[in-house]
Amino acid sequence: MSEKHWKSVVSQSVCDYFFEAQEKAADVENVPPVISTPHHYLISIYRDKLFFVSVIQTEVPPLFVIEFLHRVADTFQDYFGECSEAAIKDNVVIVYELLEEMLDNGFPLATESNILKELIKPPTILRSVVNSITGSSNVGDTLPTGQLSNIPWRRAGVKYTNNEAYFDVVEEIDAIIDKSGSTVFAEIQGVIDACIKLSGMPDLSLSFMNPRLLDDVSFHPCIRFKRWESERVLSFIPPDGNFRLISYRVSSQNLVAIPVYVKHSISFKENSSCGRFDITIGPKQNMGKTIEGITVTVHMPKVVLNMNLTPTQGSYTFDPVTKVLTWDVGKITPQKLPSLKGLVNLQSGAPKPEENPSLNIQFKIQQLAISGLKVNRLDMYGEKYKPFKGVKYVTKAGKFQVRT
Amino acid sequence: MTDSKYFTTTKKGEIFELKAELNSDKKEKKKEAVKKVIASMTVGKDVSALFPDVVNCMQTDNLELKKLVYLYLMNYAKSQPDMAIMAVNTFVKDCEDPNPLIRALAVRTMGCIRVDKITEYLCEPLRKCLKDEDPYVRKTAAVCVAKLHDINAQLVEDQGFLDTLKDLISDSNPMVVANAVAALSEIAESHPSSNLLDLNPQSINKLLTALNECTEWGQIFILDCLANYTPKDDREAQSICERVTPRLSHANSAVVLSAVKVLMKFMEMLSKDLDYYGTLLKKLAPPLVTLLSAEPELQYVALRNINLIVQKRPEVLKHEMKVFFVKYNDPIYVKLEKLDIMIRLASQANIAQVLAELKEYATEVDVDFVRKAVRAIGRCAIKVEQSAERCVSTLLDLIQTKVNYVVQEAIVVIKDIFRKYPNKYESVIATLCENLDSLDEPEARAAMIWIVGEYAERIDNADELLESFLEGFHDESTQVQLQLLTAIVKLFLKKPTETQELVQQVLSLATQDSDNPDLRDRGYIYWRLLSTDPVAAKEVVLAEKPLISEETDLIEPTLLDELICYIGTLASVYHKPPSAFVEGGRGVVHKSLPPRTASSESTESPETAPAGAPPGEQLDAVPTQGDLLGDLLNLDLGPPVSGPPLAASAVQMGAVDLLGGGLDSLMGDEPEGIGAPSFVAPPAAAVPANLGAPMGSGLSDLFDLTSGVGTLSGSYVAPKARLRSGFGHTEASLSRAAPAVGHPEAGTPGRPGRVLLLIPRLTWSSPGGPGRCGPSESPLQVWLPAMKAKGLEISGTFTRQAGTISMDLQLTNKALQVMTDFAIQFNRNSFGLAPAAPLQVHAPLSPTQTVEISLPLSTAGSVMKTEPLNSLQVAVKNNIDVFYFSTLYPLHILFVEDGKMDRQMFLATWKDIPNENEAQFQIRDCPLNAEAVSSRLQSSNIFTVARRNVEGQDMLYQSLKLTNGIWVLAELRIQPGNPSFTLSLKCRAPEVSQHVYQAYETILKN
Repeated sequence: MSEKHWKSVVSQSVCDYFFEAQEKAADVENVPPVISTPHHYLISIYRDKLFFVSVIQTEVPPLFVIEFLHRVADTFQDYFGECSEAAIKDNVVIVYELLEEMLDNGFPLATESNILKELIKPPTILRSVVNSITGSSNVGDTLPTGQLSNIPWRRAGVKYTNNEAYFDVVEEIDAIIDKSGSTVFAEIQGVIDACIKLSGMPDLSLSFMNPRLLDDVSFHPCIRFKRWESERVLSFIPPDGNFRLISYRVSSQNLVAIPVYVKHSISFKENSSCGRFDITIGPKQNMGKTIEGITVTVHMPKVVLNMNLTPTQGSYTFDPVTKVLTWDVGKITPQKLPSLKGLVNLQSGAPKPEENPSLNIQFKIQQLAISGLKVNRLDMYGEKYKPFKGVKYVTKAGKFQVRT
Repeated sequence: MTDSKYFTTTKKGEIFELKAELNSDKKEKKKEAVKKVIASMTVGKDVSALFPDVVNCMQTDNLELKKLVYLYLMNYAKSQPDMAIMAVNTFVKDCEDPNPLIRALAVRTMGCIRVDKITEYLCEPLRKCLKDEDPYVRKTAAVCVAKLHDINAQLVEDQGFLDTLKDLISDSNPMVVANAVAALSEIAESHPSSNLLDLNPQSINKLLTALNECTEWGQIFILDCLANYTPKDDREAQSICERVTPRLSHANSAVVLSAVKVLMKFMEMLSKDLDYYGTLLKKLAPPLVTLLSAEPELQYVALRNINLIVQKRPEVLKHEMKVFFVKYNDPIYVKLEKLDIMIRLASQANIAQVLAELKEYATEVDVDFVRKAVRAIGRCAIKVEQSAERCVSTLLDLIQTKVNYVVQEAIVVIKDIFRKYPNKYESVIATLCENLDSLDEPEARAAMIWIVGEYAERIDNADELLESFLEGFHDESTQVQLQLLTAIVKLFLKKPTETQELVQQVLSLATQDSDNPDLRDRGYIYWRLLSTDPVAAKEVVLAEKPLISEETDLIEPTLLDELICYIGTLASVYHKPPSAFVEGGRGVVHKSLPPRTASSESTESPETAPAGAPPGEQLDAVPTQGDLLGDLLNLDLGPPVSGPPLAASAVQMGAVDLLGGGLDSLMGDEPEGIGAPSFVAPPAAAVPANLGAPMGSGLSDLFDLTSGVGTLSGSYVAPKARLRSGFGHTEASLSRAAPAVGHPEAGTPGRPGRVLLLIPRLTWSSPGGPGRCGPSESPLQVWLPAMKAKGLEISGTFTRQAGTISMDLQLTNKALQVMTDFAIQFNRNSFGLAPAAPLQVHAPLSPTQTVEISLPLSTAGSVMKTEPLNSLQVAVKNNIDVFYFSTLYPLHILFVEDGKMDRQMFLATWKDIPNENEAQFQIRDCPLNAEAVSSRLQSSNIFTVARRNVEGQDMLYQSLKLTNGIWVLAELRIQPGNPSFTLSLKCRAPEVSQHVYQAYETILKN
């Protein structure tokens, strides 16, 4: 546990309330995000097996706090490559310096990684060696240039020998499929992540073949909203490096294709300690692309002791403690559909389970944005060089659940 | 080489070692030592002893070392104030440093050192920094003002920092603006009275410009600040909305929600006919839905807010039902919230989908969630009538699963469905009865027993079933015991022949072997009732019950409006106003939605409520559905306004009196569960208070009324209805009570003495004569003086009794001749009042003689709007001449008996009537408390639909109907100890409001 106080010092004992709530929740993920104690409120997030808890005394927007905590975790991730207890311990001084730069008196200061990195240099092996020889420090001593400009997300004087701009269009399908195979709910959560390594102050505009798909979009602050409203073109001066340009949601049912189907038959016999398990996966609307990286996870009922299954393809594991069945399927070849079948051993004497397990499916389709979104062109203004440009598409399963 | 090594030195003498290292000459060693100190500090070790040594390291060119020392200082300066002074010089020097980063760092750190002595030295550097050429320093200094204000508010004001801060709102740099706004908001929060954020169109414009350019966090501060502004008209509101709307597309969810708050609030000012209004509504949905794809913690907060938004404006998300469908790996707190919203959005259009989902959820693993899902099915049935049948069959399917908690939950909700749709689904009773043995939760048992009792005539073995429960009577919870008692009495009344033994058994168990006063009282009352007059008992116990309505867990409109102003804050997560839970004695400013028109002052009254109301009270304000339905269930009989047959009421008077004396002593220790309103003021002022109390509590016990918000109104309906009809028949009631006294063996185990004592009291208490009660007893007014009418003097008053309006006239002959041939006629008037019978003066009126006549009036006459609305022109004729006079009638004579609106209707109507129609009045100097007010108003047919306690204030929601069918809705706010009440009236015909208000005044002050 590590603590930092901004306004007034709060006794560590306030955390007891949190631990209490944590014990009460069966699962760490079920700890309520807002907990009230007699004098404070605890707002927490759970990320990478760590809880980030903030203690607040006055009425503040909880989303503000939650967003900020996520930003802190993002920053740690960015600086240390992972956001773990070990990483935080190993870099405790930097963590402290970062927190100090990120928040003042409860007001966030700098949360853009570009700016932070100018203030506090991320640790690298090379730098720590250099530092220990020269005695210099990892704290920048000039004011970050972006901090106050109208484009706080970009620092001045960026220079690259190879100027590149890459965009990844990543779409995740969230869906609930009912027993009979019909779609209860489906939507696409899409993002366009950018990796921009361009010198100077490039001004980009990105246009789409079919921008009308995008009616529910969240933008990175760099995007000029007015241009989008009037011309449906994303016009922006990009931050340097990796960032999320937009995220969007396509919910209209006819636009959401469901690329896989699952045939399943899971049954438990009354008054007997076994059951049958049989699932088969097949391609549906996959636009002619290969579906790969398929994994099926099933939370089996508590009374299941063990499972004896045979996969026609891939491998499976069953964890008798957590009762999670994981089937790593791989690719679907339409000629021979992958299936997994066999027996389920139940605790003897226990009543037949009431609940039906849901199947959680993961998959990936390269070179396809399932919504049909396509980038038309990328133009650059303001700089003279010619950048390398590239767009990659990928579709994945998000929260893709099949009820049985 | 990592920092984790700093955590490992835990051996003794560590402090000593560190001290040596800190004082080392080598820079590198010093730095390492400071790092170790910081590491110890983060894990909570006390390294304050090193204070002077660390402070010595402060004067350095190395920025990292400087920062670390500053960190240390912030932590320990408070405990070592004297030492901290040593650091002051360095700070002051740093504030002059050419590097803006160091200047900013210094001013920031100084602000964090909460030592009074240091703050004095801080002022000068701060003043400079606020005017620094570098915006980075200015924005840091702005925050520092807020810090300093927290330490020493007076100092900040004296030094004029607040004005400087206000100037910064016009700064050229958006970040500085945002920080200035943030600082001012924080200061304003602790001083609600100060007018720091005095927003005007110019400053709003500046904020909106800065909004586009500052960081996401700055946007949140600015949006929150905007939300407190009240635009002067709808055009300004619209233009602000237009400029805020782009924020809905921000990636930061807190920005989105703050923008939603501003829009929801300002939308209130826009006319619904405006195209823009519709556009805005459409724009709100996508960002809200997008929030649901974020991390679960964000989802949770978003869902709590969406819950408010769909209550206020259901149209926003009515097409988005599917996004609220639960995924099996959602955290439980997200699942429960989603379920709630699903029910709120359920409508005939989507009910099939919703039901299919709910059924799915009912087979999930998590018990709490499954229970809530089953309950939700019941709520759907009650909410969407067309779906009821499907819901019932779904519930039956679930009962077939035999999963214990599912079955129990299903039975509880089926009971509610029976209440809502009587005589429709009773065919399922057989299935329910099969599961009798598996019920082990009190609520489910009580529900089942209620069903058996209610439908005893259709269940062949009802007696056996109930008998089986009776065996373990003493081990049951009170809820079950009470229910069992009632059910068996019902059974007895339905099948008297074979169940006599059973009923005697239960009555004796309840009255003799129980310590529970509620149970005992209820037992006695039934016993007395049954032994006195079984026919009356039947009418009382088996009376028809009012239907229940679905929206039991809606937040009341005023609270909802207030919460809408707090979207995105903790208040919105807890669904309580901040005053209910924010710490400390800070007064909290109530926020209210802007009124739709500028003319109405109704919502424009921010007031400072006493802060620190215990949170428990607030919880009561929003009862959970479970509680309320439970309460409704207990309302075994609450006949609405129309009085029951006189015989029954008379007997009740007797019965209650017999027990009244005994109840006096029990009043204090009633258990909370059945805490009926312990004092119900009698409607007739003449009834002594001490009699009133037992009557009230006795009756409400008798009627199983508990103090649930929803049924409270019922509890004074009941006693009142009886009393009014009862007074006229005091004789009858006494004579009926008497035989009971004479036959103690018939039932009541001995309290004859008290009974006898009470009878005379009752006799005194009946007012002057049968009939007139309460406020209608207004004094006679001289309408037509004798000199104007050739010796005929007419005085009179208007009354309303038992649904009849009458004009009580007193005609006096002050002339010297006999008067005959009287006739009366009314001019056309607003409500069509007309004499229902001719004016009959039987004998000629001789000189100096006076005659009193009660002239019944009807409202079937021709209608013409008069000015004022309630004026009436009358012509009276006699043998001498025709005389004209004009008078004003009090509006409350037009309040009809069936003016009680159903709760749900009330909510809907209240929302439906546009805000322009709301009028607010003050009723001053009325010393009554809420109960008394309510019962007094009730006697004039102003009915309390619901009552809530919000922050210690009683809110009465009342309805009344005029003879011409106009409904008037009222909200009466009563603060204990404050004789001024606030009355808000809403009516589709707003011109009556003023007169209704006068009627209130008359009724309450008479």
